[in-house]
Amino acid sequence: MTVLYAAVGAGIVACALYMILSRNLVRMLLGLSLLATGVNLLLFLAGTTRSQQPPIIAEGVKTLQGGPDPLVQALILTAIVIGFALTVVLAILVLRAWRSSETIDARDVDAAESLGPPRPRDPIDV
Amino acid sequence: MSDAVLLVLPVLLPLAGAVLALLLRTRPALATASGLGTAVLLALASLLLFLRATGGGAVPVTVFGGWPRGFGIGFSAALPGVLLVLVTALVTLAASIYAIDDIGPRRRRAGYDALMLAMVAAVNGAFLTDDLFNLYVWFELALLGALGLLTIDRRVAQIDGAIRYATFAMLAATFILIGVAMLYGVTGTLEIRGAARALAGRPPEAATAIAAALLLGGFVLKSGLVPFHLWLPASYHTAPTTVAAVFAGLLTKMGLFALLLIFAGVFGVTAGGAPQLVPLFGVIACATMIVCVSGALAQTDMRRLLSYHVIAQVGYMMAGLALATRDGVAAAVFYMVHSIIVQANLFLGAGLIRRASGSWDLTRTGSLMRREPLFALLFAVPVLSLAGIPPLSGFWAKMIVIRQSLDAGMAWIGAVALFAGLLTIVSMATFWSDACWKQARGPTQRRLPASGLLAMALLSAATIVIGLAPGWLWGLARRSAQMLALIP
Repeated sequence: MTVLYAAVGAGIVACALYMILSRNLVRMLLGLSLLATGVNLLLFLAGTTRSQQPPIIAEGVKTLQGGPDPLVQALILTAIVIGFALTVVLAILVLRAWRSSETIDARDVDAAESLGPPRPRDPIDV
Repeated sequence: MSDAVLLVLPVLLPLAGAVLALLLRTRPALATASGLGTAVLLALASLLLFLRATGGGAVPVTVFGGWPRGFGIGFSAALPGVLLVLVTALVTLAASIYAIDDIGPRRRRAGYDALMLAMVAAVNGAFLTDDLFNLYVWFELALLGALGLLTIDRRVAQIDGAIRYATFAMLAATFILIGVAMLYGVTGTLEIRGAARALAGRPPEAATAIAAALLLGGFVLKSGLVPFHLWLPASYHTAPTTVAAVFAGLLTKMGLFALLLIFAGVFGVTAGGAPQLVPLFGVIACATMIVCVSGALAQTDMRRLLSYHVIAQVGYMMAGLALATRDGVAAAVFYMVHSIIVQANLFLGAGLIRRASGSWDLTRTGSLMRREPLFALLFAVPVLSLAGIPPLSGFWAKMIVIRQSLDAGMAWIGAVALFAGLLTIVSMATFWSDACWKQARGPTQRRLPASGLLAMALLSAATIVIGLAPGWLWGLARRSAQMLALIP
C-alpha cells in the first residue's frame, strides 16, 4: 500500500514538474496546483497508512492504538488552504498579464527584464 | 509583562496594525499614522523581548493552547531569532519613516500599510517559531504579503516580476513542505528541538538525506543563492523603493535564517551532522559570491545593481555556515545583522538618488555631493560598509568570515570571499562616485525629503554603532551559534 501511494505521489509530482517547465503561463499555474496535490499525498504518507480506523482514543485508554496519525491530516488541511491561496494569487497575476499584454507566453511577458542592455553608450560620450 | 504575551507581541502587534490600516486605508493620512505608530510600538516590544531574552535566565518559551512543550506549536525567544526580530523592527521603523514621502495616497489606498505590516508579522513569526511546519506557514504568509506589495502599482513590469517571483517561491515552498513531511516521517515530531534530538547520532539513511536535500533546495531558492538566484534581480527592481528596501533587508535573510535553523540546529552540522552535504554549502557560497558580484558589476540600473549585491552578500553568510564550525555559524549571524541594515539603507539611498536626478540609471545621476552634502555623507556609510571599509560593520563581518575560514582550514572559501570583496569595493566605489561625485548632465533637480534622510540616518547610525562596538554583536552571535548547536 505504501509503495503504491509513494508511486502515485511521485507520478503526480513528475507530471506537475513537467507542466511547470511549460512556457504557457496557465499550464505552469495548473502544474503548480497539481504539485501541491502530489505533495499532500506524500504528506499523508508521512503519517503512515497502517489503519483505516478513525484516530480516536478509545475510552479508558491513554494513548492512540492502531489508528492513523491525526497530526498529518491537520497539516494537509493547512497545506491545502495555503496552496489554494497561493494558486489564486498566481492566477490573478496571470489574468492580469493576459489583460495587459494579451499573451500567456512566458517569453512575451518580459516587461521586468527589458530594461535595455546594461551600460548603453551615452550619446554625449561618442 | 509575562513571557507569553511578550513573545507573541512582535507578531500580534503588526497583525493588529494591519487590520487597523486595512480599515483606514481610504484615509491615507490615518493609514500612514497607523503604519508608523505600529512600527514604533513594534520596535519597543521587540526591544523589551530582546532585553528579556538576553538578560540571563531561561529562554522565554510559550506553547499555544496550554499544551506541554513538544505537543503544540510554540514560540521561543532563542538567540539568533530574537536578535533578528529587533533588527526587523529597526528596518520596519526606518521604512515607515521613509514611506511618509515615498508612498503616496494611491498606494496607501491600495493597502500598502496593511500588506507591509502583515509581511513583517510573518517575518517575525518565522524568526520566533519553534515548529518546522509553522516555519513553512510563516514563509508562505510572508510570500503572500510580498506579492501584494510587489504589484501595488499594477504596472506591467510589476506583474511580470511578481509572476517570476511567485512561481519560484511556490516551487521552493513545495520542496520545503516535502522536506518537512519527510523529517516528520523519520523523527515523529515537528518541534525543532525534538527533531534535532531524534536525529542526533542517527546513522544517515535515504529518508533523512532526501529531506535534507529538499530543505536545502527550498531554502537556497528562498534566500536567492546560486543556482536559484535569477528570480531576485528579475523582480525586486519593479517594487516601490520602500518595499524593495524591506525585501532586500528581510526576505533573503529569512531564508538564510531557516538554513541556519535547519542545518546548524536540526541536522547539527557543527557537531558533524550531514557531512556529505557540507562541501556543497561551500560550493554554493563561493559560486554565489563570484557570480552575483560579477552580475552587479555589469549593471548600471541602481536597483538591479543592488539586487545582485543582496544575493552576493547572502553568499558570505552561506560561507559562514559552510565552515561547519560554531564560530562559522556565529560569523553568519553577525553578517546577517550587518547585511539587513546595510542592504535596506542602500535601497533607500538609491530611491533618494532617483528622486534627485529623475533616473535609476547611474549614467544619468550625479552632483549630489554638492547639492545634498548631508545625503552624500549618509549614503557613504552603507556604501563603504558593504564594500568592507573599516571601521564600519561590513569590515568586521567580512573579516570574521575570512578569519573563521582560515581557522576552519578552508582557506579557499576565505580566498573567494576576499576576491569577491575586492569586486564589491570596485562596484560600490563606482556607485558612490557616479551618484555623488560625478558632474550631473541632466537639469533635473529636486530637493530630498527630510523623512528620507531621517530614515537613512537611523540605519546609518546602526551601522556605525556596530562598526564601533563589534564585540557586543560578536558576543551575541557566538551565543546564537551556541544556542543553535545545543538545540538537542
